[in-house]
Amino acid sequence: MSLVNFTTREITCKIVYYGPGRSGKTTNLQYVYGRVPEDRRGRMVSLATQTDRTLFFDFLPLELGSISGFTTRFQLYTVPGQVYYNATRKLVLQGADGVVFVADSQARQLDENLESMQNLQANLLEQGIDVRVVPFVLQYNKQDLPSDLILPVAELEEQLNFRMVPAFGAAAVSGKGVFETLRAISERVLRKLSEEQSG
Amino acid sequence: MTSSLNPRFTFETFVVGPANRLAVSAARTAAENPGASYNPLFIYSASGLGKTHLISAVGARARAVAPELRVEYLTLEEFVDAYHAAVAAGQGEAFRKRFTDVDVVLIDDVQFLAQRLETQAELLRLVSHLLEQERQVVLASDRPPREIEQLDERLITQFAGGLVVDIAAPEFESRLAILRRKADERGVDFEQAVLSAVAEYEARNVRELLGLLNRLIAFQAVNEGALTVDGARTLLGLEIALADGAPDAPLEAAAGAARPADEFADFLDSVGTALARQVEVWRRRIQESVEYWDGRGYRTARLERLLDEETPAGAEQAVHAYEADVERLQALEAEMAELDSARAGDPIFRDPERLDDAEAAVQAAREGQGPPPGPAPNLTFATYVETEGNRVALTAARSAAATPGTLYNPLVIAGPNGVGKTHLLSAVAHELAGRPDAVVACLSAQRFLDEYVDALDRSRLEQWRTRFRRVTGFLLDDVHLLALKPGSQQELFHLFNALGDQGHQMAFTASGPPDTIEGLDERLVTRLQGGLVVQLPAAAREVRHAVARRELEQRLGATDDAVIAYLAEQPDPSLHTLIEVVQRLAQELEASGESLGLGLARRVVEGDAAAVARPARRSRSSGIVLSPLAGVRSPEKVVWRWPHVGDRLIEDWR
Repeated sequence: MSLVNFTTREITCKIVYYGPGRSGKTTNLQYVYGRVPEDRRGRMVSLATQTDRTLFFDFLPLELGSISGFTTRFQLYTVPGQVYYNATRKLVLQGADGVVFVADSQARQLDENLESMQNLQANLLEQGIDVRVVPFVLQYNKQDLPSDLILPVAELEEQLNFRMVPAFGAAAVSGKGVFETLRAISERVLRKLSEEQSG
Repeated sequence: MTSSLNPRFTFETFVVGPANRLAVSAARTAAENPGASYNPLFIYSASGLGKTHLISAVGARARAVAPELRVEYLTLEEFVDAYHAAVAAGQGEAFRKRFTDVDVVLIDDVQFLAQRLETQAELLRLVSHLLEQERQVVLASDRPPREIEQLDERLITQFAGGLVVDIAAPEFESRLAILRRKADERGVDFEQAVLSAVAEYEARNVRELLGLLNRLIAFQAVNEGALTVDGARTLLGLEIALADGAPDAPLEAAAGAARPADEFADFLDSVGTALARQVEVWRRRIQESVEYWDGRGYRTARLERLLDEETPAGAEQAVHAYEADVERLQALEAEMAELDSARAGDPIFRDPERLDDAEAAVQAAREGQGPPPGPAPNLTFATYVETEGNRVALTAARSAAATPGTLYNPLVIAGPNGVGKTHLLSAVAHELAGRPDAVVACLSAQRFLDEYVDALDRSRLEQWRTRFRRVTGFLLDDVHLLALKPGSQQELFHLFNALGDQGHQMAFTASGPPDTIEGLDERLVTRLQGGLVVQLPAAAREVRHAVARRELEQRLGATDDAVIAYLAEQPDPSLHTLIEVVQRLAQELEASGESLGLGLARRVVEGDAAAVARPARRSRSSGIVLSPLAGVRSPEKVVWRWPHVGDRLIEDWR
């Protein structure tokens, strides 16, 4: 997708929050939504099931205003984490400029994390996106849970971060790590952009 | 010597971050276009931040780009040793020759020049030579040139003439990148978090950072299992305060606490920064250019305004255009330094927006458009005393001034010293200068001659000529002083013709009618006689009265009829003598504190003053005698500078 339009002076970044069900992707978006001044946020679209799980996807458009002369828009998406919504995930993943993988730090969720990670790679591959070059960061969410329930960051790193991408501990409910993650993925997306521009 | 370039030190292995980006970019440019820009390139930084790596990388890259280039890398110590050995063996010249055909010279550890005056002299000579040949010179030091003790000012200037750039300590990202790269090079795997933890520590330099890494590597080699973050921190004894948001930060404690009040605004800031840095490459380009030129004293407002614009289109061209203008300014300033060194430092040469002004100033200087010398301010018709004897001359002068170029052209006022020729000439000049668009030159022949010699000396003859050929009125005092000065006479002859052709008024004073002046070229004599020659007789009594009164009023602010009468009746009829007496009277009054009176005047004229040796006649122009103390206000009457004998020789030869 065309990320930067120099003619209309617009930058649009699509960032997809990926991860297993109930890992906190929507919570991330909600926290961001809560911090955005009203004039800057579009309507957060959330299609949820009756049990409050994301059925289709969340969509949060952020109007960052004019930055360096560019009208800058970030579009944050989440995918439904549940295994059986893979078609939706592929759809949402289309044209993503960057991906945040929100992992659940709970020890018992490790397999789900791994499975979702593999699913992400498969889906990216299917769309011809090179997983090695797409801007990508990890978030180990729910680090605020009791330590006997969660895996230490070092172990999560070992299990999930074999690409040595930036990783952040987080507690999305309280907002811990949410903006750090968003900032990291934004910077990487923009850096990639400059490489494409100069390349 | 080139073999001492460390093959590991290349640009590819150099981690670039904000702290060293400028230095790396300059070094790369120098390597890829040796001698073309940033010459000499002076890189300085604290120890262990990559100077040697960078300077070596220049050598490696230069050879990679153009294998035929000769590259010399040496430390200052090696330079000193080699120089001393060569001098001891009587091979000083051979030592110099060694560098004559080197294309890129890299000298490390230049700070050891401190207090080594002999080496400094040799280096100065070498660097000057290389720069002349457009060979690339790159120097590295642990401090800027100014801070190298007792460094020759000429070297400092020379270094500053290229680019002096520093390398700061790496920031977190760079530290992390360096750690990762080094770990990779060593074939050791660490957890991302471990390296992050080490990178959090604000190492003062890269060596310290690598020291920490080495300890981790050593530890991991003898222990099974990967090192954990805590293990690493314990091992290294680092009290690393991990940044909020790092993977292993104590989350529950930090939750919300250290976060900025307005997370979204903070986020916007960082996106803005990233955008400016990453997306707006043109902005970065302009900013770098602004920093570069601003650091060299050039006004960069034009570039800065570009930053306010929103289109990147043409940014590169704009920077190129700016740099081209700066180059033009540099050339103009250099030319101005040749033409008029006093104006070379003018701010217009530092502001590309005023390029037109700079061009005009240089053009003006080229044309010698400094205003030609004018008449003395107080010598006007109004202050001229009319008598029976000078009436003809005065009327002629008034007519010539009233109808310039038509009636009496040229007007020649002849007469002995001290009869008021200069006054009359100046009065005409004032009248002519009062006309619209008039440019009037009124000067003594001595000054004409001095300027001519000076123009010859400085090869600025054309400019000097132009300066006079654009005048609409030309008045030359004491033209007889050009006698036996064929060069000056020739100049005057051509000038005369040029001005005459254009119908511009000319007037001259001379000690007598032109045909009576010996040593004046015939063609000049006939031209001077082609207009009107009027004679001024010795100043009449009433003139001397009036001048005595005027001078007393001007110099003493007081008059005394008896004194005026006494002064006017003196046997020497020259007005110059009269003026000189009044000057001496003024001095005497000031010294003695007496009031003006006949007694004092007598004492000055006849008494003590007569006993005192008369001051030597320092000027032989119109006969004005300069008292060594009193100033004569008319500058064109004073020969401020006699030509050197050598100049006179040139004159005589022509």
